[in-house]
Amino acid sequence: MADFPWRPPPWRLEKRAAPSAAMRIAAPLIAAAAMLATGFAIFAFLGREPLTALYMFFVEPLNSLYGVGELLLKATPLALCGLGLALGFTANVWNIGAEGQLTLGAICGGGVALFWSSELGRLALPVILLAGIAGGAAWAAIPALLRTRFNTSEILVSLMLVYIAQLLLAYLLRGAWRDPDGFGFPQSKAFDERIILPLLFDGQRASIAFPLMLALAALSWFFSSRLFAGYRMLVSGQAPAAAAYAGFSERRNVWLALMISGGAAGLAGVCEVVGPIGRLQTDISPGYGFAAIIVAFVGRLHPAGIVLAALLMSLLYLGGESVQLGLQLPAAVTGLFQGILLFYLLAADLFVGFRLRLAPRAVTSSA
Amino acid sequence: MNERPLAPRLVLRGITKRYPTTLANDNVDLRVGVGEIHALMGENGAGKSTLMKIVYGVTRPDAGSIEWEGSTVGIHSPAEARRLGVGMVFQHFALFETLSVAENIALALDERSTPAALAPRIRAVAERYGLPVDPQRLVHSMSVGERQRVEIVRCLLQSPKLLIMDEPTSVLTPQAVLQLFGTLRRLAGEGMSILYISHKLDEIRALCDSATVLRAGRVSGTVRPREESNASLARLMVGSDLDDQPPQPRQPGEVRLELNGYSMVPRDPFGTALRQIDLDVRSGEIVGIAGVSGNGQKELLAALSGEMIGPHSGSISLCGRRIDHLGAAHRRAFGLGFVPEERLGRGAVPAMSLSENALLTGARAGMVRHGLVRHRVARASARATIAAFKVKCGSEQSAAERLSGGNLQKFIVGREIRLAPKVMLVAQPTWGVDVGAAQLIHQSLIGLRDGGSAVLVISEELDELFTICDRIAVLTAGRLSAPQPRSQLTIEAVGLLMAGATQEVAHG
Amino acid sequence: MNAEFLIAIITGTVVAATPLIYAALGELVAERAGVLNLGVEGMMLVGALAAFAVSVRSGSLFAGYTAAICASMLLALLFAVLTLSLQTNQVATGLALTLFGLGLSAFAGRKFLGLPIEGLRPLSLPMLSDLPIAGPLLFRFDAAVYGSILLYFVVERVLNHSRVGLQLRAVGESPAIAHALGQPVMSTRYLAVLFGGATSGIAGAYLSTALTPMWVEGMSAGRGWIALALVVFATWKPLRVLLGAYLFGGVTILQLHAQGLGISVPSEILSMLPYAATIVVLVIICRDPKTILLNQPASLGKSFHPDA
Repeated sequence: MADFPWRPPPWRLEKRAAPSAAMRIAAPLIAAAAMLATGFAIFAFLGREPLTALYMFFVEPLNSLYGVGELLLKATPLALCGLGLALGFTANVWNIGAEGQLTLGAICGGGVALFWSSELGRLALPVILLAGIAGGAAWAAIPALLRTRFNTSEILVSLMLVYIAQLLLAYLLRGAWRDPDGFGFPQSKAFDERIILPLLFDGQRASIAFPLMLALAALSWFFSSRLFAGYRMLVSGQAPAAAAYAGFSERRNVWLALMISGGAAGLAGVCEVVGPIGRLQTDISPGYGFAAIIVAFVGRLHPAGIVLAALLMSLLYLGGESVQLGLQLPAAVTGLFQGILLFYLLAADLFVGFRLRLAPRAVTSSA
Repeated sequence: MNERPLAPRLVLRGITKRYPTTLANDNVDLRVGVGEIHALMGENGAGKSTLMKIVYGVTRPDAGSIEWEGSTVGIHSPAEARRLGVGMVFQHFALFETLSVAENIALALDERSTPAALAPRIRAVAERYGLPVDPQRLVHSMSVGERQRVEIVRCLLQSPKLLIMDEPTSVLTPQAVLQLFGTLRRLAGEGMSILYISHKLDEIRALCDSATVLRAGRVSGTVRPREESNASLARLMVGSDLDDQPPQPRQPGEVRLELNGYSMVPRDPFGTALRQIDLDVRSGEIVGIAGVSGNGQKELLAALSGEMIGPHSGSISLCGRRIDHLGAAHRRAFGLGFVPEERLGRGAVPAMSLSENALLTGARAGMVRHGLVRHRVARASARATIAAFKVKCGSEQSAAERLSGGNLQKFIVGREIRLAPKVMLVAQPTWGVDVGAAQLIHQSLIGLRDGGSAVLVISEELDELFTICDRIAVLTAGRLSAPQPRSQLTIEAVGLLMAGATQEVAHG
Repeated sequence: MNAEFLIAIITGTVVAATPLIYAALGELVAERAGVLNLGVEGMMLVGALAAFAVSVRSGSLFAGYTAAICASMLLALLFAVLTLSLQTNQVATGLALTLFGLGLSAFAGRKFLGLPIEGLRPLSLPMLSDLPIAGPLLFRFDAAVYGSILLYFVVERVLNHSRVGLQLRAVGESPAIAHALGQPVMSTRYLAVLFGGATSGIAGAYLSTALTPMWVEGMSAGRGWIALALVVFATWKPLRVLLGAYLFGGVTILQLHAQGLGISVPSEILSMLPYAATIVVLVIICRDPKTILLNQPASLGKSFHPDA
């Protein structure tokens, strides 16, 4: 029975002898270039001068110190979430709910900021950050528990928890945590000056969260390459049967992966609310938790790559805002570019393991 | 036997097939008459499956000719083979577990019919040949013997003239074997030719009219099995004397591994349950467990290694300590070593380097300290393993998936042996491994034994077990026979135990 | 609580369940062929926008639904090419599809925010709609609701009683064996994914033209994910998808009518119900590993290529 109507194409995918290291690094660059080319086409299609639009999207945001600050500012939560997620992905743990863990981090850290900042005095900021980490980790503990105890997919559970987390935040801000002088808006009182994250320099908004993130990136690299726990997670993701053979506990790996990514996302969330936002409000993240998934992949699941990818993604956000103002394009153009980038990356990734061969099908019987 | 003045059903002349690394078939002649049950015998790697791939159209020979009922033919595809009248029942059934018998057969037939339309035809064929099969039953609820009947019925529905059976009894109980033989005799009586591929001497002697024996790609003899003895057949298959340099027997020491009445039902609904396993392995001895896969080997290994811990009765002890509930890493800490059946994906992580793979089981051998990986120690250890076991690779940084099967197996065996385990488990130590590597692996296992370790080898290769083991037991359908000293056993006797054969088989 | 209120709850449940039925049945077909498509949410949104935009512009709901199906199928085709022909990771590609669908629909839908639309009207069936109780209960739904029931019967029939369905189930269990037997694995999977795309498009279209006739960014609010969970909850059987969808519809409606029922729980907490319920049902189904082993298509999520 012929495989009709599918006919084998005139090109063939040939498996490489060994994964191409060159392609691993080139793939994100190729994907980025392809995204740019597509962006060119999109702007042209929308009736905007493409080169101007591309300039406005990718170059203009960085023209000032303030702009660079914004770049670092947005890259921080993206990288924090991305680092945690990447660790999970290498261990075959798919935490899709970073956005929810980010929200819980904001809630817990914000809660401490609202109610205990004066009592804690100088310890306030560290405690707030720790509370944020704990909140995110606790939210990630739910899918961890459900996966290890009840074999339930962490993808769907963590995702459902995103919606629940956002509703929880809305509930708190509509009721007990609402600013009585806030004209009825669902937001909390502004946080005291003393517990806002100190800025890197004046004239821009990036805070010490950025160097903190870099430190965590280094820590993440250390974890994966030097710690046995990191090795165990890597094996767990690449060859689960080998992990079982070696006696590496799958449970432990799942918990570790989720706790780390949850805590990182929680930290990202709390840094946003005691950073640029300065209060708790319903709108604390333009989808950082989801964009971080793209950051993780484009960054090749490697800390250095993730930091770079976070900067690129951050630029996409800034670019979106820039063309929204300058060219009256919807801000959603950012989401569009993000999706396109990921698609191109996945396609380019193919060439890490396979080579393209344009050859006519050899006419011999199958062996 | 029928002596009809008809052209023989199938004649192969001078069939030769070369692969990049081996000469699989070297000038092979074969002749199967009408209504004849002809055995194709040989050990693993002798060239049987290649020859069958040629007859069934999966592969083309490099030289030689095929004659079908007197005329020369070329068989270019399985569909063409089926059109000629060749039916094949594979060793590993191509059946979908979650579908019914009728649905499976509907998918496998060349004609497009619905399961509903096939059901009455299935029942008719089943009844005619005494192969009870219910078209509505789902395959996953069927025993192996029943599944084989489905495959046979599927073949029979296409009215073949030559039926090829590939190692049909490897997973059957004695009763199922009897039933199968009855069916095959019936079919032959009606004129169907049967090509029976096997290495089970007693069955062949009981069932087959004639036999072609392959050894290392060549025909080593064409005989009438009933006029031969098991010993003479075995000699044709294996060649040199079986007892080739038996290792020096040692005085075994204290019991290092002990199973007492161990029974376990696996979580996988398609697995084999272990029943009342009693076994002890002493220091300084190698115990072998024979048996074809599907009889509980996987489950026994996983229970011993710590990869499958679940509800069970009975106990497992390592050097006197109960290890039933300990995980794999823990058991390693107490001195258990293990070479698994699957190399890539289980014994080694394919994309990782050899030195990274050394870390898999070497954590307690100084490669990890205070939770930190000491890459230098791992690399040195990998290098030492590579040198000691003559592993052909680029370096310790080569990825595991780039090594040949034999070399990777040498590395894994070497890695485990160098950890000086008190008890060593080995599964299929030389499966898919070239002769040189196989020898080295055997020697190293004997060396391990001489150093005082207790070694347990589970293998489908009787030869191998007879080469290195001091005692041999047989695992059939989850039950273990009492191990007996090798000197008191013969290949035939063990083969009998594996087939669970009784007197009835021998007398047809 | 009077009869009218009860009827309103039941009909509301059916309407709320309808998009879930479409999306989940389509995903069920794809998964039975072994392909896990996490992009349902993205495809639904694109479908919702396409239906809304074309309906508003052309005045024809039919054109809108057609556009929705085409748009979603295009996305599904993209997914199929990437995962089936280019062998990309199904989970990552599905996520990419969702993110892309979210972005694309938000981007292209800006102009349609706040525009009014004449949504799907309930059918008025001669005589049946006027029956005393059965009338409002069973015979006053819009065409898409009846279409979802029809879809169930079609899927059930084809999947379990036709050759195409047989091939699909075989491919889902073992593409390797299917390929060895000469089955068309690639085209089967392609068609299954495209079918899933089409139904997701209808589901999305229903959201923006019937359930809440308007366009809002991200208006599916996770229904695509709930549909995915529904397939698991239903252990990949069409009838249970139907029942599960009604269960979820009920939960959603309960939350809307809570006040009328005298339940005084804050509205945000009530809104959490469908999501929390999803988690609960998933746990119930996945607890026993045997359930998954015996029901989940064995090749789900794994890449297969005839050449490899």
